[in-house]
Amino acid sequence: MSSNRRRRFRIKRMTRREMIGLLIAIFAFGIAALLPMVNTGYALSLGVTIAMYTVLATSWTLFSGPTHYISLATAAFFGIGMYIVGGGLELLPFPTLVVLAGVAGALLAGFIGLATLRLSGVYFVIFTLGLAELIRQLMTWGQTTLGTSSGLYVLNNVDESIIYWELLILAGFVYLIGWWINRSRLGFALRIIGNDEEVAKHSGINTPLVKIFLFMISGSIASVTGALLAPRWTYIEPILAFSPMLSFLVVIMALIGGAHRLWGPILGVIPFALVWDLITAEFPNQTALMLGIAFLLVVYAIPHGFVGLGEKYWAKFKHWRDFRVS
Amino acid sequence: MDILIIGGLLGGAYALMAMGLQLQYGVARIMNLANGEMLVAGSFAAFWIFTGWQLSPILSIVFVAPLAFAANWLIYKIFMRPLVKRAKSEGQLEVDSILSTFGQAFILVGVMLALFGGEYFSYSYLEVPFEIFGRAYELNRIVAFLFAVGLCGGLYVWLNKTRAGLTLRAVSVNAEAAGLVGVDVPNASAMAFALGGAVTASGGALLSMFLTFDASVGVIFTMKALVIVIMGGVRDVRGAILCAFVLGFAETAVASLYDPGLTLAAAYLLFILVLLFRPEGLFGRRST
Repeated sequence: MSSNRRRRFRIKRMTRREMIGLLIAIFAFGIAALLPMVNTGYALSLGVTIAMYTVLATSWTLFSGPTHYISLATAAFFGIGMYIVGGGLELLPFPTLVVLAGVAGALLAGFIGLATLRLSGVYFVIFTLGLAELIRQLMTWGQTTLGTSSGLYVLNNVDESIIYWELLILAGFVYLIGWWINRSRLGFALRIIGNDEEVAKHSGINTPLVKIFLFMISGSIASVTGALLAPRWTYIEPILAFSPMLSFLVVIMALIGGAHRLWGPILGVIPFALVWDLITAEFPNQTALMLGIAFLLVVYAIPHGFVGLGEKYWAKFKHWRDFRVS
Repeated sequence: MDILIIGGLLGGAYALMAMGLQLQYGVARIMNLANGEMLVAGSFAAFWIFTGWQLSPILSIVFVAPLAFAANWLIYKIFMRPLVKRAKSEGQLEVDSILSTFGQAFILVGVMLALFGGEYFSYSYLEVPFEIFGRAYELNRIVAFLFAVGLCGGLYVWLNKTRAGLTLRAVSVNAEAAGLVGVDVPNASAMAFALGGAVTASGGALLSMFLTFDASVGVIFTMKALVIVIMGGVRDVRGAILCAFVLGFAETAVASLYDPGLTLAAAYLLFILVLLFRPEGLFGRRST
């Protein structure tokens, strides 16, 4: 027992590949952090959007990547975080509210997990599908019965470059968590669950507990993202905070990038956010059509996303390089 | 009393839509999340036929049902069959079909938005009072209910008394064993999927007689159908019909006693209760 316990806390040595990856990641973060110095207009606003989706899609992947449970609850977590900041800004300081949002997101995820993650994946998808809409209905109803207006004013002087930096720090944090999970026993357990849940159960893994814990981490991060973004708007309404489209966008961005790698989602987020921005500006009525086509593309053409595509051709290239007839 | 009657009238149409989904999930094993969009497409077709040709929405089912059958047959053959073939496990088929039908749902919404625009639609047909126990109700609700009950009953008898119905039930119980005794499983699955789509679209045509709808409302109906099917037990038609009425009553009660904006909350409350206490559904059997 004691030797087992010691092994769990032993820090594994980093491999050469991991060191190179870490250096590239730090360099990329440094470059990304310079954006607000260069441009504070359209590019920064797009940067905030991309940073937001990167955090959301990567945290989605933490849970849904290895387990294959499709969560559509992102909008619910996000909206709750936003509302905690909107409602509490006059009472508590902003950092406290961000922490509160994280706790609230974890609690909600724990509740959803307890109700559905003990059962098959379909129940989970269905439950999360309507969750944002349910909370939106309850919020609207609560606010109208309490007699206040249907929205909240968020008045503070946080400007966009600060939001951007906050999101970058959060993204770095998410990558660190993901990297840590991948190396830990928890990540190993998750991968077994994703491959075959029966096998996982029989090897003594407490599958519901692992799934619920991971989902709580993922939900907590989405809530914190919502909290950080609340100051971007001066007036938040239920329809803005709990937009169901957000959940679908996060899912499709993560899948199109590749949900089986930690750094996959960002490769989907950047191109998709750019195209999405263009489409909402030029053809606002065709967004649903485009989203539908993207979903079909992911199922039929690129089931493992851009990363999977790249890995396939890389493997082919290596095969050709190693076995070519000279 | 009002709640019981209006809820019951609503339950009839819900039963039809839930039966459609149940055929698709129970027999063809496809969790069709574009179900609500198919229903809204049926509503739009009925609206279009009514305003264009002055033809009653009831009669429009004569066109809507075969069209929806053909469309869903094609959807199954083109989109779903390849997924069934490539799936290595039931879990993978589940994930793939969920994502694929999400895609189809969004494409349907996009097409309907392009064709009809984003406004709310409704038309007035048979908006005359009809008295039950001394209280007046709209005649269109009652006519829609009667037709929904007729269709449900017909489908139930067809499933239980004919050879084709027996085939579908056999596939639903155990697809592999059904194949061993000579059932053409791919064909039966396509049949069930197409029939489910036709039933759902007919439900949409009936609902359009008294509900206001728009191009993007489908997902709400998908939710309701899913809640009903899970509440009733995935493979039991009687459970789905009963639970459709339970949901109709619950929604009407919440809407008239508290707030019409809380109907989804009512559906969710039922859903959570079922998940916590009887996850196999009211009429389902425990699998393990």
